[in-house]
Amino acid sequence: MNSGVVKVLAVAAASFAAMSAYAADTIKIAYIDPLSGGGASVGEVGYKHFQFIADQLNAKGGVLGMKVEVVAYDNKTNPQESLIQVQKAIDASARIITQGNGSSVAAAIEDFVAKYNDRNPGKEIIYLNYAAVDPSLTNEKCSYWHFRWDASSDIKMEALTNYMKTRANIKKVYLINQDYSFGQSVRSEAMKMLKQKRPDIEIVGNELHPLLKITDFAPYIAKIKASGADSVITGNWGQDFALLLKASADAGLQVDWYTYYAGGAGGPTAIKQANVPDRVFAIVEGHANIPNAPSQELEKAFRAKLDGQSNWYPRAFNEMTMLVKAIEETKSTDPKKIAQKLEGMKITVLNGGDGFMRADDHQFFQPMYIASFGPRGANEPFDEEKTGWGWKTAAKIDTPNTMVPTTCQMAHPS
Amino acid sequence: MLELVIVSTLNGVLFGMLLFLMASGLTLIFSMMGVLNFAHASFYMLGAFFGFQLSQWIGFWPGLVVAPVLVGGIGALVERYGLRAVHRHGHVAELLFTFGLAFVIEEVVQMVWGKLPVDYRVPPSLDFTAFTVFSTNYPAFKMFELLTAIAIFVVLLGVLTRTRIGLVIQAALSHPNMVGMLGHNVPRIFMLVFGLGTALAAVAGVIAGPALVTQSNMAGLLGPILFVVVVVGGLGSLQGAFIASLLIGLVQTFAVAINLSLADIFGPLGVTVRPGLLTDIWQVTVAQIAPIIPYLLLVMILILRPSGLLGTRET
Repeated sequence: MNSGVVKVLAVAAASFAAMSAYAADTIKIAYIDPLSGGGASVGEVGYKHFQFIADQLNAKGGVLGMKVEVVAYDNKTNPQESLIQVQKAIDASARIITQGNGSSVAAAIEDFVAKYNDRNPGKEIIYLNYAAVDPSLTNEKCSYWHFRWDASSDIKMEALTNYMKTRANIKKVYLINQDYSFGQSVRSEAMKMLKQKRPDIEIVGNELHPLLKITDFAPYIAKIKASGADSVITGNWGQDFALLLKASADAGLQVDWYTYYAGGAGGPTAIKQANVPDRVFAIVEGHANIPNAPSQELEKAFRAKLDGQSNWYPRAFNEMTMLVKAIEETKSTDPKKIAQKLEGMKITVLNGGDGFMRADDHQFFQPMYIASFGPRGANEPFDEEKTGWGWKTAAKIDTPNTMVPTTCQMAHPS
Repeated sequence: MLELVIVSTLNGVLFGMLLFLMASGLTLIFSMMGVLNFAHASFYMLGAFFGFQLSQWIGFWPGLVVAPVLVGGIGALVERYGLRAVHRHGHVAELLFTFGLAFVIEEVVQMVWGKLPVDYRVPPSLDFTAFTVFSTNYPAFKMFELLTAIAIFVVLLGVLTRTRIGLVIQAALSHPNMVGMLGHNVPRIFMLVFGLGTALAAVAGVIAGPALVTQSNMAGLLGPILFVVVVVGGLGSLQGAFIASLLIGLVQTFAVAINLSLADIFGPLGVTVRPGLLTDIWQVTVAQIAPIIPYLLLVMILILRPSGLLGTRET
């Protein structure tokens, strides 16, 4: 063996040693979401959010002197693939996992994490969910190791219908949703809650269409028109939302849109193209133009760093704020201690106001906003997707009015 | 009721013509070269993105001309340096080649334009309502789409059946050696046909881009339905593809308007189904399965009439 090779090996060995020493003073967060396939556009943006937060923390010297590192694992929005990636993350010594896209994925991870922790006492991992909204995750399937920062779809519908009941001009509502678990839960909750809160509202149509398969929504729009609806409720996202809105604009349909994901990728562009100012509402936990100095400062910094990308996930910031708080207060990165601390934790959320993690089901509650999209006034500094239009608050729903009961029977570890 | 029928008919025809716009190039390539081009929808996507980019620089109308020329050029190069080499290994190799090509194009588009939808707008000169039927507006752009589809159909049909060029092209498919002996450059004819087919896909992309969503996954979403059009119409038959497009557009549009389920039909007769395995099938409405009906049609056609509606050879 010549000396050159020996030198290379020595350097390699030294750097391995350095790496393992390094690993001890980093907090590793495994980000498990689609980075390829149809969900990649959204998954990649989420990853940038978490990277941005980690960079901010590290610039301030990290957490307890440790560096925060976010490592991305591509799950292709596939539950099976997700479990492989979770295992990979665990093998790479990550004990904090975060995921958001797809409730089917979330359910698989929640179940896997609970079982893994049962089998591996002392090596628990914790699962922080920033976006999967299926109510079952904090109800019948709830788990001690799962914490959710986005409002579940029931909470969103509760808030949305609390707003709709105050709008006297709503007489006839049309429901159009994607035919899978989320769309179906939007539809059934909407029917149930509208019936309770405004029995006079007539539901004139109730449509389910296949997920991401429709290129032309004109026939659906013709049906909505024929029904005489004045408002439409939809959980549609992505191109199913954009194409729906475009088709309605083409046909000249005049209705109000009550949506979950009008703010998602391509949504603002479609609303602007459809030219329906102030008629599209979205239920969100925050938007760029909420008059709150810290979040507007952050929005500015975020857009400057990420090439105009707006902050989609105030909840990701809330999640990380609480994680950091738990680590600092327990002086530990042990998921078991973090989970104990997170239960019932209260914070001031990014957009201002009180939020807390309910101990019964590990669902986070926070002020919710009904935002409408249109031309901006003097108080709306930020636009979306370079359209010139921006969000403004149509109504704010305070935390107590977002509370929904849970059926969760939480099993606490001994 | 009358309103829904008339509006649905109009919507069906419009959607059908959009389908034909996209399927015409695919049919051309298949009927003239015998190549089933899996990457066809990818060329359609390239057309949409080129159209978008050019509309930013030089406007929509020049883009409508330049984008198909560019995409057609790329298509010709693909034929010359890719397909031609693969051709001698038979149809399966060609199929796999275009299958792989589709992924490559998608990746390249993602690298250049990103994964998020781009803001591709209808040109201002066509951004108005052409006419209104029962208070439903029909935008001028959709009329333009319809007329372009019909124009392409007429011109293609004319060229293929009424001119010398069409004659040579058709002969080159069935008797390439003879056509070669007569002094025609058969490989070049194939290259031109493939280029023309991909250029047609690009025309569809430039026009459909503003009407639909221009995004890097648009090819994957549209690919399957194009094959339904081509197979139902009869592989390689331009008239067949035209009729099949209209048929699929109308069937799908009318199906969405029908809210009937098996329970609605047989319920009044006293037939009920116990809750269990079959309840879903019992209660699902025609409207809910409308987008799947074309695929059902595909399966039925392949079983009952494998040559398609107007096809001349078995698939």
